[in-house]
Amino acid sequence: MFILKKFGQLIVTVILVTLFASLLLELLPGDPTEVLIPSGSDQQREDLRQELKLDQSFAVRYSTWLGNFATGDMGNYYTVSSDRPVSDRLWQSLPVSLLLMFYAQMLALFFAIPFGVLTAYRKGTWFDRTSNTAAFAMLAIPNFALGFLLQYYLGVKLGWFKTGGYASPSESPIEHFQYMILPTITLAVGQIAIYMRLLRSDMIATLQQDFILMAKAKGLKSKRILFRHALRPSSLTLLTVAGLNIGTLIGGALIVEVVFALPGMGLMLFEAIGRRQIVAFQSMVAVIAILYILVNFAVDLLYTVLDPRIRNANKS
Amino acid sequence: MSVQTPISGLPTPSGTPGAPKLLEVRDIVTRFTTDRGSLTAVNGVSLSLERGRTLGVVGESGSGKSVLSRSIMGLLPRSNTERSGQVIFEGKEISGLNDSEYRELWGDEMAMIFQDPMTALNPVMKVGLQITESLRFHLNMSKSDAKDTAVALLKAVKIPEPEKRFSSYPHEMSGGMRQRVVIAVALACGPKLLFADEPTTALDVTVQAQILDLLAEQQRERYMGIILVTHDLGVVAGRADEIAVMYAGQIVEQAPTALLFSEMKMPYTEALMAAIPKLTDASHTRLAAIGGRPPDLVNPPKGCAFSPRCPYVQPRCHEESPTLTPSPTAPEHLFACFYPIGSPETEEVRLRIAAQRLMATAPEFVAAPAKTPTPAEQSPVPAPPEQTEGM
Repeated sequence: MFILKKFGQLIVTVILVTLFASLLLELLPGDPTEVLIPSGSDQQREDLRQELKLDQSFAVRYSTWLGNFATGDMGNYYTVSSDRPVSDRLWQSLPVSLLLMFYAQMLALFFAIPFGVLTAYRKGTWFDRTSNTAAFAMLAIPNFALGFLLQYYLGVKLGWFKTGGYASPSESPIEHFQYMILPTITLAVGQIAIYMRLLRSDMIATLQQDFILMAKAKGLKSKRILFRHALRPSSLTLLTVAGLNIGTLIGGALIVEVVFALPGMGLMLFEAIGRRQIVAFQSMVAVIAILYILVNFAVDLLYTVLDPRIRNANKS
Repeated sequence: MSVQTPISGLPTPSGTPGAPKLLEVRDIVTRFTTDRGSLTAVNGVSLSLERGRTLGVVGESGSGKSVLSRSIMGLLPRSNTERSGQVIFEGKEISGLNDSEYRELWGDEMAMIFQDPMTALNPVMKVGLQITESLRFHLNMSKSDAKDTAVALLKAVKIPEPEKRFSSYPHEMSGGMRQRVVIAVALACGPKLLFADEPTTALDVTVQAQILDLLAEQQRERYMGIILVTHDLGVVAGRADEIAVMYAGQIVEQAPTALLFSEMKMPYTEALMAAIPKLTDASHTRLAAIGGRPPDLVNPPKGCAFSPRCPYVQPRCHEESPTLTPSPTAPEHLFACFYPIGSPETEEVRLRIAAQRLMATAPEFVAAPAKTPTPAEQSPVPAPPEQTEGM
């Protein structure tokens, strides 16, 4: 029942998201074929227009794409010479984006959790104030500026990491990490500040609960009280925001992908819009929407792991 | 604490006859730094307790009774808190310990039961783990030993199906059951001193009695000293050996339970007593409440802290504050009042209040206006306290 409900949600969301995204592309002025085949003849243009159903209404175009997508056909990139399937490129760039998102989230949480917990525990001390100031400073640096700074100092001057490009982990794990480290840091820095602040405020509320005083009265060590007793009930907001962020990081890491020349989803989406590859764009948006929903479905399941009271609420 | 013959059937103290008392508190003062200034929550409290005995600490909300027990135990946060005075536990001064030294005592030697079982247990941890973690930490038990002990503890606090309940979460249990778990947690390592901070306030009346009986039973078995903190004189009446009444951070009256109930001296104690509804009262009898509110502890009033609310107040009470002194008739009975219940001054006021009430409710029974002019006409005497405000 629960699964069915989620599946229904998924379908409705994918339809709505792709519908609005496609409508936005409709608003772009000019003839898409001018962009798709700038040097094509009138006949080639007319053929392409028919193939893309540009001579028909938006409703027909959209429902055709939807029908194809539902059967697993993601459509093609259209050029004069050849039509490349969208799925080919998607399978190349999706892993890049997913890995980048995963590394950035892990790195952000790795720093945000201990700092969030400790700043809450040491609320009002110099440690708390320094950490918060540092967090806001990190939040204030724009992604591209940080990206360039890291490239210049760690990449060019010190030569520790590669400044642009990509290698898949299966080909060469070491190179993969050399390519990925700088974009990961660039993406994670802003997230650390947000996650830390979220966790800190929830932790402060939790630390005032009776059960924390009771844990203290049991004579437990502060470390155990903080990480075993207080962290779990304080992490629901953090988990929610981290889940919502995943969607943003999969398709929205455009600036970082551009700066580090990473062939990820953000770059591909950008390209598809610029080149009026409407079908490719719709398919990519749909894939990102599905991933986004699946991740947040997993987050919903995680809630019940973190808080057994939600488990019961779901059952009843 | 007064010297009393131990109740027969109790095990004898483990120490030698001259062994130090379980707990001795001398002149403890606790101040909190607030935005408005320094708030004196506990103001010079001294008390002592032997193993196997119960001291009831009674007072209304804000009287400092919970802060007192946390001050003694050392559980208050270090920041914003200023504490002085001595706390001597088994002959050892503990008020200057650091947190890691306190951890040796907390849970192991002294434990606390909290007021609200709905919030005192960690909602995301199974109750079994909440018991075993202190066993494993303090007594270095193995996992399976700790589990066996925890199940035995759950059984001892009369939780049905203890093996099953071991893996329950708190939200799967009723309030009374949760308070039993809280007690099991507190008892786990066999503490010698137990603080029960309003242990039954959040519970149904029927469950209250069960929990108090359970505490008494465990006290007998484990020979613990208990400090039972409550706002309800009715709760401590049958359970405590001695009662300390607190008001505005100070003990205002202290006596063995029977003596306190038979000869209460302090008008505040009397007012608390009057606030307990009686079964013999007619139905719809108005509940007696103490008028006014507890004093502001940042800027305490001059003189006796209870004077603004005291029905028997005299001019002197507004000027000087009385100290806790032994009663001339019974040295184990201490009170802080210039005009205790039974003194001519209070009796006069009592008669006048009674007469005024009679006049108001049934004037036809009172023959003519008072023949002899009462001092009420000359000296300013406050009207009897309002009966509408809550405690």
